Amino acid sequence: MNRSQSLRSFTMATWLGWQIESNWADPFLFAVYSIIKPLAGAAILVVMYGIITEGNFENPLFPYIYLGNAFYIYVGAVMAGVSWAVIDDREHYRTLKYIYVAPINFPAYLMGRGVARFLTGTFSVIITLAAGAWFLHMPLNLAEVDWPLFLLSLCIGIVMLAMMGLILASITLMVAHHFSLIGEAVAGALYLFSGAIFPLEVLPAWLRPVGYAMPITYWLELLRRSLVGDVAQAFPTLARFSNAELLGILLGLSLVFGLLAVVTYRWCDRLARERGLIDRTTNY
Amino acid sequence: MSSQSGVGSRESAVKKATGGRLFLKTIIARAYPRVVGQQREKSWLFFDVFLPMLAVAAYVFVYRAIGAPEEYVGFVVVGGAMTAFWMNVLWGMSSQLYWEKESGNLALYIMAPNSMMAVLLGMAIGGMTATLLRAAAIILLGSLLFNVQYVVVSLPALLAVFLLAMTALYGMGMMTASLFLLLGREAWHFANLAQEPVYLVSGFYFPIKSFNFWAAAAASLIPMTLGLDAMRQLVFPSGFKLGFLDVQTEIIILVALCVAFLGGAKALLAYMEKLAIREGRLTESRR
Repeated sequence: MNRSQSLRSFTMATWLGWQIESNWADPFLFAVYSIIKPLAGAAILVVMYGIITEGNFENPLFPYIYLGNAFYIYVGAVMAGVSWAVIDDREHYRTLKYIYVAPINFPAYLMGRGVARFLTGTFSVIITLAAGAWFLHMPLNLAEVDWPLFLLSLCIGIVMLAMMGLILASITLMVAHHFSLIGEAVAGALYLFSGAIFPLEVLPAWLRPVGYAMPITYWLELLRRSLVGDVAQAFPTLARFSNAELLGILLGLSLVFGLLAVVTYRWCDRLARERGLIDRTTNY
Repeated sequence: MSSQSGVGSRESAVKKATGGRLFLKTIIARAYPRVVGQQREKSWLFFDVFLPMLAVAAYVFVYRAIGAPEEYVGFVVVGGAMTAFWMNVLWGMSSQLYWEKESGNLALYIMAPNSMMAVLLGMAIGGMTATLLRAAAIILLGSLLFNVQYVVVSLPALLAVFLLAMTALYGMGMMTASLFLLLGREAWHFANLAQEPVYLVSGFYFPIKSFNFWAAAAASLIPMTLGLDAMRQLVFPSGFKLGFLDVQTEIIILVALCVAFLGGAKALLAYMEKLAIREGRLTESRR
């Protein structure tokens, strides 16, 4: 089979990542594991919302919160999936040096390692959306979904998240094991600033520009608009933008982050090699 | 010959600890790296405070977006601070013996002439002390950022509830640590799995009274549930209205949980240690 080095690295890393993610348990236990965590996260927000509004799930704010939270699963999954591979291979399996000397494309390998988390994340997103539609009467009508907008936004967003993951992975090459929480910290910060579970207007005015500078803000808005249309447009945050404008902003910011990822990777990779960090084990 | 006698005299000069003194020294020895190590690595301090603060801020803004009364903001801040303890119990207690196995220390613990119960107690006391600083930082930051007002009804009752909740919680951690003796790679996933569901059922971000009685009663088996509920009743003016049970009842249940979990930890640890030795799992490394 004559495949390019990048594609071969990507597909093999995908297979490897899937094995690492899933083969610690039997399929049933793994499925339960994949369902419980995201549903519990969503249920916290549902209970909070239900207590205060006395179960008024008809309010447009509910689908705003619920959908934002559901799709945010991808942010943690893809970003952490790509960046965690560095720690996993360097510190746990101690194979990073062998991977470096093997004839593979390392960024493509890292992306492939993130695919497994993307797949489990997709499973979690689907389960969370289905639970919302079945049990909480979220206005999600599959016949009315703007599928082209949804799929296009989803694809651009996943590539954008992978690029952000590559930035984190590059930084992770330079830092010790105990900084592994960097992925969670970034995902947690973006959860706060990207309007995932509340409109940006709720943030103090001086914090809102951070949200406007993040592509995730526009990505989540596009996903909401494609799935529940008018409900999502009921909030003033990005109401002045059309779908095409939002797509343009998302694409532009994704390109910026892509460029940043390439530059960061090259810089960190060179420094890590120079300082002999590729095969170190910090081990605590 | 002379060197042998030198070694012998040095050995006799060091008074060997046995019995209660060995137990106490083991606790201190295991607690020491917990306290010192966690303060020495500044990045952990940052992440342990920063990450829960992000969750606290996110949930505070959700409450503000849906127009919740301001006391709910206080509930979130207190709950967010308590997440530091739950995280410590999960990652620093329950799964600790798995990490020790991975790094090769577990066999040394078992071989050494000390009690494993003392090792676990040392881990618990050290972890609790180190985490207390982080929880205090989260309370302080959260209260300042979101202007939370506290009205402490009874300081002795508040201290009693906190200490009982911590004793029962870390007792539970010690008990689950012995279960993790048998686990391999899946330990990480199980600990990871136990985060959000416990945040949900223990009411870290909302009053547990919102559940129906039996659901809340079942959730009360996790000591943090009643501990949080009682603490909120004791520090917020409207806490009593939103409390699950009255504080006295919750204190009595917490005492029972302390006894049950510490006793359970001792019995289970003895059993699991034997089982792990018999099945050869103390030194295995299933990566």
